[in-house]
Amino acid sequence: MKPAPFEYFRPGSLDEALALLAEREDAKPLAGGQSLVPMLNFRLARPSALVDLGAIEELRGIRIEGGTLVVGAMTPQWELEHSPHAFPLLREALGFVGHTATRCRGTVGGSLVHADPTAELPVCALALGAELVTSRRTLPAERFFLSVFTTALEPGELLVEVHFPAPPGPSAFVEHAHRHGDFAVVCVARAGDRIALGGVAATPVLWDGGELEPVGDLFAPADYKREIARALIERARAA
Amino acid sequence: MTWVGQPLPRREDLPLLTGRGQFVDDVQVANPLHVAFARSPWAHAEIRSVDLAGALASPGVAAGIAGTELPGLTEPFAAGITHRLAYYALAVDRARYAGEPVAAIAAESRYLAEDAVELVLADYEPLEAVVTVEDALDPAKPLLHEQVGSNVVVDRTLRYGDPDAAFARADLVVEETLRWERYSSTPIETYGIVADYEPASGLLTMWANFMGPMTLLPVLARSLRMPEEKLRVIVPKDIGGSFGIKSSLFPYMTVVALLAMRAGRPVKWIEDRAEHLIGSSHQPDRVGTRELALTRDGEIIGLRAHVVDNLGAYVRAPEPATTYRPLGNYVGPYRVRDVELHLVDVVSNKVPTGPNRGYGCQQVYLETERTLDEAAVELGFDPAEIRRRNLIQADAFPYETPTGGVYDSGDYPRVLELALETAGYGELRALQAQARAEGCLVGIGIGLAVDPSISNMGYITVALPPEVRQAPGYNPKSGAADWAQVRVNASGKVVVTMGTAPQGQGHETAVAQVIADELGLSPDDVATVDAFDSHTSVWSVSSGSYSSRFSGIAAGAARKAAGVVRRQILEIGSTLLEAAVDDLELVDGEVRVKGSPDRSVSLRRVAGVAHWDPHGLPEGTSAGIQASEVLHVPTSAPPTHDDRVNSSHAYGFVAEVVAVEVDPLTWGVTILSYASANDAGTIINPKLVEGQTYGSALHGLGGALLEEFRWDEDGQFLTGTFADYRCLTAAEAPRIATAHVETPSPFTPVGAKGCGESSSETAPAAVANAVADALRPLGLKPTHLPLTPARLWELARA
Repeated sequence: MKPAPFEYFRPGSLDEALALLAEREDAKPLAGGQSLVPMLNFRLARPSALVDLGAIEELRGIRIEGGTLVVGAMTPQWELEHSPHAFPLLREALGFVGHTATRCRGTVGGSLVHADPTAELPVCALALGAELVTSRRTLPAERFFLSVFTTALEPGELLVEVHFPAPPGPSAFVEHAHRHGDFAVVCVARAGDRIALGGVAATPVLWDGGELEPVGDLFAPADYKREIARALIERARAA
Repeated sequence: MTWVGQPLPRREDLPLLTGRGQFVDDVQVANPLHVAFARSPWAHAEIRSVDLAGALASPGVAAGIAGTELPGLTEPFAAGITHRLAYYALAVDRARYAGEPVAAIAAESRYLAEDAVELVLADYEPLEAVVTVEDALDPAKPLLHEQVGSNVVVDRTLRYGDPDAAFARADLVVEETLRWERYSSTPIETYGIVADYEPASGLLTMWANFMGPMTLLPVLARSLRMPEEKLRVIVPKDIGGSFGIKSSLFPYMTVVALLAMRAGRPVKWIEDRAEHLIGSSHQPDRVGTRELALTRDGEIIGLRAHVVDNLGAYVRAPEPATTYRPLGNYVGPYRVRDVELHLVDVVSNKVPTGPNRGYGCQQVYLETERTLDEAAVELGFDPAEIRRRNLIQADAFPYETPTGGVYDSGDYPRVLELALETAGYGELRALQAQARAEGCLVGIGIGLAVDPSISNMGYITVALPPEVRQAPGYNPKSGAADWAQVRVNASGKVVVTMGTAPQGQGHETAVAQVIADELGLSPDDVATVDAFDSHTSVWSVSSGSYSSRFSGIAAGAARKAAGVVRRQILEIGSTLLEAAVDDLELVDGEVRVKGSPDRSVSLRRVAGVAHWDPHGLPEGTSAGIQASEVLHVPTSAPPTHDDRVNSSHAYGFVAEVVAVEVDPLTWGVTILSYASANDAGTIINPKLVEGQTYGSALHGLGGALLEEFRWDEDGQFLTGTFADYRCLTAAEAPRIATAHVETPSPFTPVGAKGCGESSSETAPAAVANAVADALRPLGLKPTHLPLTPARLWELARA
């Protein structure tokens, strides 16, 4: 469980980071490292270089802009969880993200870009209709998550900040996991009339009010997930 | 003041909590190499060739070894079965589990070693995999070890009394079959080994977090074709948890030793978590059937067991002990005399098995206790009542079981009633009725266990048929021994030295309390050293920290040595005080004449004479004050010709009551309450016992509810990280209400029995009974452990 060799850079600015990534085609940006580092150690990820974004101050911070919550990509999850600006939906959801120790390291942008289909933040982004501002463009959450661990980000493109609009009505976050801190079996975020689900497909999905066809896994068969998803949706709608 | 029984804080904790532990990874040797293993990606495959050339040419690589070389360099590992399996430290010509090491590389760093491992070229011819118990019993499946002619490696039927007659006259026969998948111990610290070979003297020194039994050191020496005295094994002061699993570390010691010899440099291997999950050791998966014959009054008159334990790719010593360790206590706390045990061990394409806290007992008690609850339902008894009707009574001790166990002491009815009282059993049943009326799935389960400690090594030989054990030239086996040394230094303070290879249990704290009482001192006056070194410790093959043996036998040896020291002190005091030894007492650091407290001499003065002025000692006394004593238990004898054996030396008792709620949506099990009453004989330190109750209960609950190693039908391992192999965490841990009864063991010097495994033997039975009770109104009966949400959901759906 030791990574293959790689070069390591720790730029101090976004421009510098983008330049480093542009020069090295298979370089990987390192955000909080809570998913990438284990993948490196298992040699499932073998980038030639890591560009550590941890020293780039401009990528951090939480502010309100005209009713929209703007969160820098490198903001630690714990900071958002404890920010007075964060919506209750996000605070509730962040309580399910790993453990305090991982939330102190893990970043908001890192979780979104990693795009684990069971992770909580992508589901919230989708429910809230967040906009993801990258170094090149602005993408709505609906078009950001493409598949398991895959987003619309192109090589050399970095997520800069996320704009979370305030929920237009009641909100809720409910989840079933095998243990406290585990990735969700199914999780549901509600923001007004929008309901998003995690754990049922290759990406977080918006619920269209119809029947669900979840993908099962080793510990949770598809039909089991469907029953739980239905019940969690009811719970979220009752909130 | 009596120190035994006081809840003293652990003297081990401050260094551990401040990061000053001395673990195997802290062992400093000059310029070590670091090892990485190449492992088979196939569960079952012929190995056509292994080419290390590329790996050996990789940067920083100093040495490598392939399994194909091992038959020329080593002997296969011996195990206590009639068949000889070619079990080498690396796969030789066939890989038998996914993750089996096939080659090892030593390089300047672990990083470079792992880089080189990627260049090991092994050519495999995959074979059909044998995965489950049913696969292993299927004659159409491939053989793992062709010379055996079967994947069944041990098959014994043991009869005690007249089980057929008992079943024939029974009013009711209840039969349950339970399947339990694999779990393990997963200590925070993984395996670790440092080896240093000195060619000039031929001495091989190995530091390893190996917990014993030291029976495995001769096995290791033989595998290396080394005389035992050339193999020095040092166990670092601290081991970061083991719970049995570090017994199974020794095959890796062979590989690390060979690399050290080949490289001419010290070599170090610290196992990583991925290796630990796939390639260390597990509890066998098992299918067990229990039949109980009962009268209509609820008396159990016959017990039949038919169990199959899946030992994985090889039989690694001390296996097949999982199947045999509970032999003396197979009937648990019940009076049943007519017993038949059909015990089968099979091999398959899974990692070999080994000791895991509770070692074989949790399975036996799960099977008996689940079946007994079903019998109670059939006969219309409350589960507590049917148990009351069958318990061995307090006046029956020492009690000889039909299988040869000799229960030393106990008061089972009292402990059961205490558990029921601690749980508030009556209230719980009332709450359950209310919850059921509201449609909630609430259940209550009881689990009882006679908790064996201080294993008799001879029990394992019951795996051999009596004709083998009686053949000329067969050497019988028995024994449970340990050692301690007690020394009074020149300033009158005491040093106790042991070699128990502790793994965090608090042995030093406990032994200081025992010695303080024996010598009339405070524990603060007693320094303790507990570190095993095969060249400086006094030990025998049964030494080590396993089978909950410390408080009975190592603490007993220390007390025995302290008794000799006490006598020496009194003899010197007798000279100094001009009083008869029998008139003296040893109190508060002084030798005093009984009844005349003004006539006294300090221990410091006594020790001063012994060390500084031996000329002034009584005739025939040697200089200094010290004693080194080995305690061996006489109750440990080889099995009889009719397969009876007292498999342990002391037997505690645990009674637990668990209440659960099952969520009818997620089918997750929540523990509502957990009560544990325990009799481990004399309690040396209640804090240590409390810790063992919590730890062992959580270990058992994890194995019964959530923890599970899984493979697909091709034998591919699916649970290689802690995200997939789910241990209970603090968030899932219930509060445990504990209560204790102390019936001192007449067979151990301190009266203490082991308690390190205790609740790991009852928790699975109690929680499985609780879940079954919760699901009974739905007509559902869970029989497949662990009782994961998905498994309960499938049961409900079927």
